[in-house]
Formats: sequence, C-alpha cells, structure tokens
Amino acid sequence: MSAAGETGLSRRGVLAGAGALVLSFSMDCAQAQPQEGQNARQEPRPAPQLPGSLKSSPRLDAWIRVGADSSVTLFTGKAELGQGIRTALLQVAAEELEVELAAIRLVTADTGATPNEGYTAGSHSMQDSGTAIRHAAAQVREILIARAAGRLGVPGEGLRAEGGAVVSPDGRRASYGELVADGLLAVRAAPESRLKDPARFRVMNQPVQRVDIPAKVTGGAAYVQDMRLPGMVHARVVRPSGPGARLEALDSGAVERMPGVLKVIRDGDFLAVVAEREFQCIQAMRALSAAARWRAGPALPKQAEIFGTLRGLPSEDTAILDKRTPQAAQRRLEASYTRQYQSHGSIGPSCAVAQVRDGVVTVWTHTQGVYPDRDAIAEMLRLPKERVRCIHTEGSGCYGHNGADDAAADAALIATAFPDRPVRLQWMREQENAWEPLGPAMVTQARAGLDASGAIVDWDYEVWSNTHSTRPGTAGSLLAARLVAEPFPEPAPKPLPQPEGGGDRNAIPLYTFPSARVMHHFLPRMPLRVSAMRALGAYMNVFTIESFMDELAAEAGADPVEFRLRHMQDPRARDVIARAAQAFGWKAGERPPRGRGHGFGFARYKNLAAYCAVATELEVARETGRARMLRAVAAVDSGQVVNPDGLRNQVEGAIMQSMSWTLYESVSFDEAGVTSVDWSTYPMLRFNGVPLSVEVHVIDRPGLPFLGSGECGQGPTAAAIGNAMAQATGKRLRDLPLTRERIKAAVGV
Amino acid sequence: MRTRNIAFSLLALVVLGGGAFAAYAWHPAIDPIDPPRRESFDPALVRRGAQLAALGNCNVCHTVPGGQVFAGGLALPTPFGTIYSTNITPDPETGIGRWSEAAFARSMRAGLDRDGSHLYPAFPYNHFTLVSDEDNRALYAYLMTRDPVRAPARENDLPFPLNQRFVLAGWKLLFFREGPYRPAQDQGEEWNRGAYLAEGLGHCGACHTPRNALGAEKRGEHYAGGEAEGWHAYAINAASAAAVPWTTDSMFDYLRRGWHEHHGIARGPMAPVTANMAYVPEEDARAVAAYTVASMGQPSAERQRRAEALLAARGPVGGGARPAASDSQTVPASGGEPGAAIYAGACATCHEAGRPLPFGGINLAFSSGVRGESPENLINVVLNGLPAAEGERAPIMPGFRGVLDDAQLVALLSHLRARFGEAPAWEGLDKAVREARSGDRLASSRPTDSVQAAPADPTQRGTTW
Amino acid sequence: MVKLTVNDRQHEVDAPGDTPLLYVLRDYLELHAAKYGCGLGQCGSCTVMVDGVAVFSCVTPVMLLEGKKVTTVEGLGTAENPGPMQRAFIEEQAAQCGYCIPGMMMRAQALLQRNPRASDEEIRTHMQPNLCRCGTHARILRAVRRAAGLIQTAEAAPAVRSAAR
Repeated sequence: MSAAGETGLSRRGVLAGAGALVLSFSMDCAQAQPQEGQNARQEPRPAPQLPGSLKSSPRLDAWIRVGADSSVTLFTGKAELGQGIRTALLQVAAEELEVELAAIRLVTADTGATPNEGYTAGSHSMQDSGTAIRHAAAQVREILIARAAGRLGVPGEGLRAEGGAVVSPDGRRASYGELVADGLLAVRAAPESRLKDPARFRVMNQPVQRVDIPAKVTGGAAYVQDMRLPGMVHARVVRPSGPGARLEALDSGAVERMPGVLKVIRDGDFLAVVAEREFQCIQAMRALSAAARWRAGPALPKQAEIFGTLRGLPSEDTAILDKRTPQAAQRRLEASYTRQYQSHGSIGPSCAVAQVRDGVVTVWTHTQGVYPDRDAIAEMLRLPKERVRCIHTEGSGCYGHNGADDAAADAALIATAFPDRPVRLQWMREQENAWEPLGPAMVTQARAGLDASGAIVDWDYEVWSNTHSTRPGTAGSLLAARLVAEPFPEPAPKPLPQPEGGGDRNAIPLYTFPSARVMHHFLPRMPLRVSAMRALGAYMNVFTIESFMDELAAEAGADPVEFRLRHMQDPRARDVIARAAQAFGWKAGERPPRGRGHGFGFARYKNLAAYCAVATELEVARETGRARMLRAVAAVDSGQVVNPDGLRNQVEGAIMQSMSWTLYESVSFDEAGVTSVDWSTYPMLRFNGVPLSVEVHVIDRPGLPFLGSGECGQGPTAAAIGNAMAQATGKRLRDLPLTRERIKAAVGV
Repeated sequence: MRTRNIAFSLLALVVLGGGAFAAYAWHPAIDPIDPPRRESFDPALVRRGAQLAALGNCNVCHTVPGGQVFAGGLALPTPFGTIYSTNITPDPETGIGRWSEAAFARSMRAGLDRDGSHLYPAFPYNHFTLVSDEDNRALYAYLMTRDPVRAPARENDLPFPLNQRFVLAGWKLLFFREGPYRPAQDQGEEWNRGAYLAEGLGHCGACHTPRNALGAEKRGEHYAGGEAEGWHAYAINAASAAAVPWTTDSMFDYLRRGWHEHHGIARGPMAPVTANMAYVPEEDARAVAAYTVASMGQPSAERQRRAEALLAARGPVGGGARPAASDSQTVPASGGEPGAAIYAGACATCHEAGRPLPFGGINLAFSSGVRGESPENLINVVLNGLPAAEGERAPIMPGFRGVLDDAQLVALLSHLRARFGEAPAWEGLDKAVREARSGDRLASSRPTDSVQAAPADPTQRGTTW
Repeated sequence: MVKLTVNDRQHEVDAPGDTPLLYVLRDYLELHAAKYGCGLGQCGSCTVMVDGVAVFSCVTPVMLLEGKKVTTVEGLGTAENPGPMQRAFIEEQAAQCGYCIPGMMMRAQALLQRNPRASDEEIRTHMQPNLCRCGTHARILRAVRRAAGLIQTAEAAPAVRSAAR
C-alpha cells in the first residue's frame, strides 16, 4: 500500500485510534489510494480484503515475532521522521498483544527485514501500518491463546492474555515464550480480527511520552548523523558548480596526499573524497573543490522572469473539474497569484552510512522510502536488488523529498569504490540547499462571477506547476546516477493523479458553485529541480482560493467567514469554520485597530483528509512593512482523534512553518544555480517572529474514519495571513512570499 | 567631574553674557494649531518628504528598535548624560500634532521647540539648519501624515545645570551658525547638491567628525572620524583608511546597497543609514557620494599603488552569493604565532573563502575595521558578530565572545592589524577589549538586513528595524 | 595534541588545533548531542557552553579551549538521570524531529545559569540565534520556562534538605 508520493509528517504522537482501526477495513475499500506511477511496478500485488498494509504483506510473522524468552519483535515498513510513529505503533502492538511497551523491540523500514510500505508520507502511517499492526497483533494474541488452550487443556474462551503470558481462570500461566514454536506465526492474516474493546485500553488513547525523546535530549545516538560503526571512515562529495555543469579538469594529486585522505573518487562528474577523520575529510573536500574546474551548464532562467518563463513552457492541460453551466453574473473578478520556489530547509543536512561487504551494499539512510530508494540504488550500481539493503535511520525533519535519497546513493557509490569499511557521507549545508529538490514555483489564476445577491455563480481556476514528485523511482532520479560516467537518464516527470494530485492538490475548492471548472496545466520541463514538499500544491492552491474568496467577499460586501459559510455545504467544513471563528472571537464587520488585520483561511486537505480552519491576527507596521503574527487560532477535524496532543503539536508546527514560508521564504538563484545556500541567504523563522499564542482546537469525531492531518495547516495559514494583511494594509498582495519589501512597496508612503 | 566643570563654565558664560545674552537666548512660543488633516497635504509633497526623511534618518533616532516609528524614546547616551528622542508623530498631545509648519521649520533652522525653548544638539540642528524652506515643507507634510502615536516624552537624564535649556543658548552662541545652505561658488552643481544633502539632512559629520569637550563638532577637523553608539565612525576625509580609495561609484554602491566588495558591510549605526538610502532618489545619493569622496581628496600615488597591488593579488570578487562546489569555506592557511593560529583556525575559513560579498566574509586586507584609526569596530564585530535579520537576507557572522578570552582577542587583533592593517599597532588595545567585554563601552547591535545582493535588486532593501 | 576539559573530564585529543570543537566532540570523543547544521555559526545546532557562555562549536577551533570548561548536553544529565533542563524538555515533549533541541538546551542553559529569573521576552531574544524548522518554538519556550522553575527548585532543595535534617 503506497502513498501517492506526497510529503507528510504523520505526527501520531502516541496513539492508534481504536475506533479508526475497527473501521479500517471498510475505510480501506472506500479510500483506495491511487498508486504513484513510478512506484507501481515495485509493489507486490495486494491481497484482497486484508486491513491496512496486510494487503501487501499478509504473513503475520512479517509483522510480529515472539522469542523463546517472550520478547516481542515488531516490524513496520514506516519510518520515524520525528512524528512519533515509533511510539504510536508500539502502543498499538502493546495493547493488542497485552505486553508492556518495554518488552517490544520495534524494527522500522528496512528492506532486509520489514514489509514494504512504500513511502512514509501523506499522513498514511497510522492508517496503513497502524491498522496492519493492530490486526496482526490481535491475531497473534489469539493464536497464542489457542495454543495455550491445547497446552493447558482449557477451552480458549476461558483464557486471557496478560503481561506476555496466557492465563487460565485457575491462575495457571503459559508465557508466550513457552507457547511459541517455529512457524507458529508463519500464517496468513485473516480478514477479520478480534480487536480489543476500547473501554479496556491500557496504553492506547493515553498520552504516553514519546520513546525517542529521552535519547534525543541526553546525547544518545538517535540519528543517522550520529551513527558510529567500527572502522568507519568519513566521506564528502564535491558537487558540480551548478546544474548541468561538467568536470573539465581535475588535479587531485595534492588532495590525495593530504593528512588522513584515503581515496579520491572520480566517476564522470561524480567527485568524492574519503578520509579517516571528519575534519580532515572536510578540508580535503575543500581542496578537491578548488582543484576541480567545471564548465558551466546551460543558463537557468532569470529569477525575475520565472513566472513568465513557467507560463511559457509546454504544458499538459487537464480539466480536473468541469461542471460548467451558463450563468449570468452581475460582476466578475479575476486575479492571479504566484509562489516562488521554496526549500525544505531541513536543519540537519542529509547524511547516509554505507558499507559494502561480501557483495552486499548496506545503506543506513533517512529516506522516506527505503524500498524505492533501494531499487534505484541497485539499478544505479547495476546490482540485483537483493544485494542492496536500505535501513531507515532517523535524520532531521525532512518535510518531503529532500536530499536524503541522494545522500544514500552517494554513500552507496562511494562505498562501492571503498569497500569493507563503513563510509559516513555527510552533505554540507550549502550542498543541501543547492541540490535538494525544491517546492515548485507556481502560478495560479482565479476568475469568478457574482450574482446580484453577492453569491458566486461561476468559478474558473487554473494552476501552472511542475510535478510535485521526483522521488525514486528509477536510478535516474538520483543525482549521483546522473553524474557518473555512464549516467542514467532522468525519468520523465508525471503528474500525480487526482484525487490526491500534485500541483493541483486542493485546486478544486470544497465550496459548492453552480458552475465551476478547474484546469491543471502540468509543466513537465523543470527549470529547477523540484519534488514533494509538505502539502504539495495545496499550500499555493489554498492560499489562492482563500485569498480570492476574500476578494469576492469584499466585492459582495460580505463578511469573509459568513461568505464562506454561504457557499459551503459540507457540514464538517462548516463546523470547523464556525469553531475557528468562534474561538478566535471573529466578529462580522469588526475593524481591528489601525495597522492590524484579521484573516481567515480554510481547506480540507486533498478534499478527503483533515479539515482545518485558521484565523489569525496580524500586525503590519506601515512605515517599515514589517508583518508580525500576533496570534493564530485553528480548528481541526481529523475524524476519530488518536492523540489530541500529538495532533495539536502537528498543526501548531504546520502553522509556524507555513508562516515562515509565507512571510519570508524564497529560494534565490542566478543563471548558474541556487544562490540561497545558507541561512543568511535563505532566512526563516526565528524566535522573535513567533506569535504570542497559537491555539489549536480539535473537533473530536468518535467513530469516524481517521483523516491524515500532518499537512492540513499549511494552506489555511498562508491564506489567513494574506487576508489579514489585506485588511491591515488595505492592499491585496498575491505573490508569495509576502515579504517586508513587498508590503512596504504596496503600502507606499 | 569634568561634566560639572563644563556645566559651570557654561553657566558662568551665561551669567556674564547678561542681558545681551538673555536677548539672544529667549525666543517666543509659536501658537499651537489644530492638527492638520491628512488630506490637506499634497501627496507628491508627502512623497518628497519621505525621501528627505530617509536621507535624514529621522526614523533611526526617533524610534526605539521594535517600537512605534517616530514615537521617540530612544536613549542617546552623551558624555553629559542621557537624552531621549522625542515623539515626532502628529499626535496632538504627546507629539507634534499641534505644530504649525512655521514651528517645524524653526525647529530645523534654529533648534527651537514650539514653545521657544532650545533643543539639545543631540538633535543635530547644526546640520538641519542648512535645509531649505522648500524641503522643510516637504518634511512637515510627511511627518504630519504619519500615524499619530500617543507616547509622552521621556525625561532627559542630565545633571544641573545642563537640564536647564537656556544654557544651550550659550552653546549655540559658541558653536551654532544658522543656515540655510549657501552654495560654494567655486564648486560645481553636483558638489553643492551633495554638500547640501550631506551637511544638511545627511548630518554625516554628526558621527564622522570628532567633537570637542562641549560636544560640538570640531571645526577644522571635518570628517576626521567620530563616534556613535559604541562604534567608531571612520575618517572620511583625506585620512580615510580604506584599503582601496573610495570613488563616487563605489561610495554610491555602498550607500545604496549597504556593502561594497572592497570595503565591507555597513554595520552598527551605519546599517540603518544605508537601508534608508534605498529610498533616496538616485541622483541625490550620487551627489552625496560625490561630495563625500571629494572630501577625501585625491589619494596619494603610493596609496593608489598599494591598492592596485592588493586588488591584483586578491583578484576581483564577483557578484552573487554562490560558493564553490563544496561549501562556502576554504582551507585555512596554517598559523604560526598565537594570533596567526587563531586567525587560521577561526577566521580564515570564511574570510579567505572567496565567497562573494555581501554574504561571504570579506578578505580582511580590505577591511576598514582592521585598517582604521580605532580598534573599536573590529572588537565589536569579533565579539558580537553580525546578527540574523528577521526573515530577510542578511550576512550573518557568529560572535566569538564566548570563544575568545581577552588575551586571545588581543593576540588575534594584533595579528590582523600587523598582517592586513598596513598601519602601526593600536594603542590601548587591551583596554579597548576589556571595556567592550565588560560592557563599559556598549555597542549597538543592528541586523544588517539592509544589504542588497548583487547585482542591484530592489526587492531586497528596507529599513532596519 | 590538544587538551580539553569537557563535562568536567580531561581529554587529550590528537587533533590539529584548528579543528572545530564540533568535530572533536563528535568524531573523537563520541559526544553526539551537538549537531552539524550549517558549520557557519548561523543555526545553533552545534551550540555548547564554554565557561558558561553559549558558543557555536562549529566555529570554535579547539586550540582556543585550553584551560576552559566545555559543557555539552551530555554534561547536563543522562537518560537514567536527566538534569532539570532535560527533564523540562521531556515533560513538555518539546521536540518533533529533535535535531535542534540539544543546541536549544545549551543555549537556554547558558541563559538560566546567568539569569535564572529571565523574563519571557529575555528568553525569546536570547534564543534568537537558534533555528527550529519543525515549528516547535512554542514548546521550546515553555520547556525553557519550566526548566527555570526546575533549576530554581533544585537550587533551593539542598537548603531545604539541610534545614530538614
């Protein structure tokens, strides 16, 4: 079961929802996720009717093993990204297996050990993996009980599982270790399970603290960056001077003689150096860089003209919605919006550790998809897949497709040239910023007609965008594979299909209009390297739609919240809008003090995941143009709530991050490449910009299907900021980011 | 002690001056008016006033960083005590909302409050007196159309008798010549334009000219270097310490963008000045640049030669922010004696990386901080770095306050001076380092978010706070 | 050879004097809490304390540290026995990916050691040099405030104990 290639941080802090999982198999059928094109051929054929990822990995022992000492090993194909999935899955298993959390060892995403669950993305983790684990754990428990029944000569109904053992009514115990036997769990999962009654939950639905945080705050090894293997050496790459640049000359003799240097690797335009000590390696990298001469690649388009350039590229045009009927409009409005390229900005530049031993290449990597990355690396190395193993090891937050997959490929390639000793390959900050795939620049255009009563009668929306996913994929998705002497071709980008979408994610508004059409202009040609960044096209589309709604509301003389409700039929959307407005203290017609503005934004992520509305109060200093968010109030409906605190954490983080994107962030580039290579040139939110308060109100929907929430806050926050800014300044800004200079220029003197 | 002596000298002067002085010192109040309506001002005049206010940097003194613009309250430490800037928003009660245009013009021309009392020359009316009537009109229009802010003036912290404003009449008698600007007949139009702007609203001399014991700019030492907010304002006369002599073009670039590859980043109190210059019309900025450079005179042949050698050795540094193919640092040269080793280990990785300005570390051979008359600026930057700006591109340099102790800092600075300074060692370096670290000399820390990435990019400028 | 005192232990490290402290900590001493984020002194992931002052270990060559005391997160406590700052961050669950957190903790520790009664505004300004990308800022601020409380309690505790004896 794969995700449709979106970013995602499913910050399921603690819990797998009881109600959600019980409903999971009916939900699975109803919400079948479309396969991402590039990944489809790598998935085993799904088995029918099994819940969650059991579809693709139906054997129970793929998920759970019990040792002779009663210890439990749990397997998941998902990865800990900092969203707390590790803890959550442990709770699920501990609950159904009736063991302590501490008795379980969790093995995450490893092509040599765990099921293939595609990417950890799109907030699918609990839905796919949590569901599978819950059912598998319940079924394992029942198998052990049945076995105990035979052993103890007692009917199964009288037995219960408790504390890692099966206990009979007269108090006799058989530990799991005593009961387990070879092949006992090597059975196919059944379509239904005897799930535990939520009323008896011990650990699920409890605010259990995350199991990974103690190590992270006490210096325990917690990240791939902290890995230390015996005999490990350090490596650094030297990247070309810019995209498409070719290595003309290299005089690496002096570098090879530098202290600690073990090897200089050149394979076509792929350059790397291996050294004993890390700082020695860094110094050697700098010297190697100075010793290389590059011929510049084709010039990039001018940044000042990028949107014209994008609009002029060949496009594949699809009407993703076409429900047009002729309408008589009294007034018409039209507006167009832009968004600059933006960067993931991962705090820890990408890193991987690789070792070649006995013909097997093992890579420890923080990629979101160990299986796809493994497949691409194997293809790059021209090895059979079985000879490459990718083991997920946590990195810093990725927020999508950053440099992780490429760092893994770099490490594998270097290790192949320097076998036996483990190689730690670390990207530098400048390399991460310059070479990671970016969030694509986009152009949108909205047109609508209002009737005499001020209602929207027709709606026309267009979005121009590159693909929002270039994840591996084939080898050609990897930087290293394109640089080597026998390079692999870059795969042709394809749009992610609706209903999830890529650049057109959330391009279809949830509002009900008598006539509507939405066009997706997919631009295959990519001036800059792009891929998935948290929320994908939803960030820009929701910003546009919600800004335009405010512009229409103003034209209609209506209050923005009231205007939205007027056109919104979905009751859960209405609830979330009303709740956010009420919690914020939104009063129709209220004019905040001069220099301040209130703004509102709403979206249902992908029109099928969580509902989120954000109201914000912004202060804009007219003399300087400086905008500051004073407070934000959000309401979110994610179906059955799994962990209210985890959910709030997620949405809060999304609001902060989206604010940073919206007010500050744009990648800068010139004809030779990205120039925003560090934090001085790619500034983002620091503590002085943090609002005084951010509230997240959760609307609990017990029993309803679980809805992914990791990315639901990005779009509504951007729109709320834009709308608040319009009120504070009296000017409508439509070009992201809404920087101080733009604000000051709009405000004038 | 000295202050009191000075104060009493002034008092004595006042008393001796007697009646004539009283006649000189006293000025009538100008009647308050009803606050004029915003709409009564011509928008073109308001826009012109904005440009002039940018040149005059009114926002810098009359705003507390992070506070409301023009609402005053900024503490200006002087050798005589602390003076707080006033509220010049058009608030009727606490600002200048009830000031007529005549009152405003008089304050600029004669250094007088609306009620006739003297203003402290912390408000540099010895410069603003040069401003023409026409420009004062525009400034008035601009200020009166700002957002009124209710912010009562803070009491100045001055000892007796300096807190008696009539004492300032004595100061004015000695040091103040009323304007407006009179063009120099032997100079061309651009020079006079530049002089009018720089000596007037620009008030460059207020920082760049040394002051006497009574706090007045020393006549005869025009642009010989001064002091502001704990930073040294370099000499911008013939004694300019710049490695590469300034030209009108380079000065213009520096003033507009906030940096120049051969001179460094505008930082400290200069950062907001260059930030504001973005809003000054190009021809005015060019005139200021021309005038300033003219004040430096023709560099000697020797100086020219050294500059050319330096440029040839270091090579031109191109525009843009892109580093080499690895990272933006370099392999440092290995060090010998302590200062050299510290430089190699802590500084050279960025400062010899060749990464272009404004985001790369300047090659210290070009640094006025190293070459200048006083070590203050270099100490400030090494200790505190250049702070990140809020959400805007700006060079960031880490501070080394926790990394270098006093002895190490002295060793490092001595080494830099010897190696890059082409000038004798600083006197009193130990003391200057101690004072900076102890806080006896407080240096303002302003983010340099005024800088503009090359080439000229109008989307990356703005005022500083 | 370079002599270093880290978390009250003496070390002799065979690293050139211009090696940044960050790499000595991680590569030689296997103290991994301080992280590489930028190597330029811009993000604070590498923050440690030198004589109680927060510094960027990525721009601190070890030659400068003779006779000075370096403190890292590992010196604030252990997983079994976390110190007040660590407890505060655990209790507030003030982490998402957690990569920036050691730097945040050291930065905050330097402030609270000097000024245990720092105001919210002072804390916010003081934390400015450190970046967090996940948006955990509000929790981090709460954790620092909580740590201030815990530190003050810990300081008071010995007096209480001795009084009770």
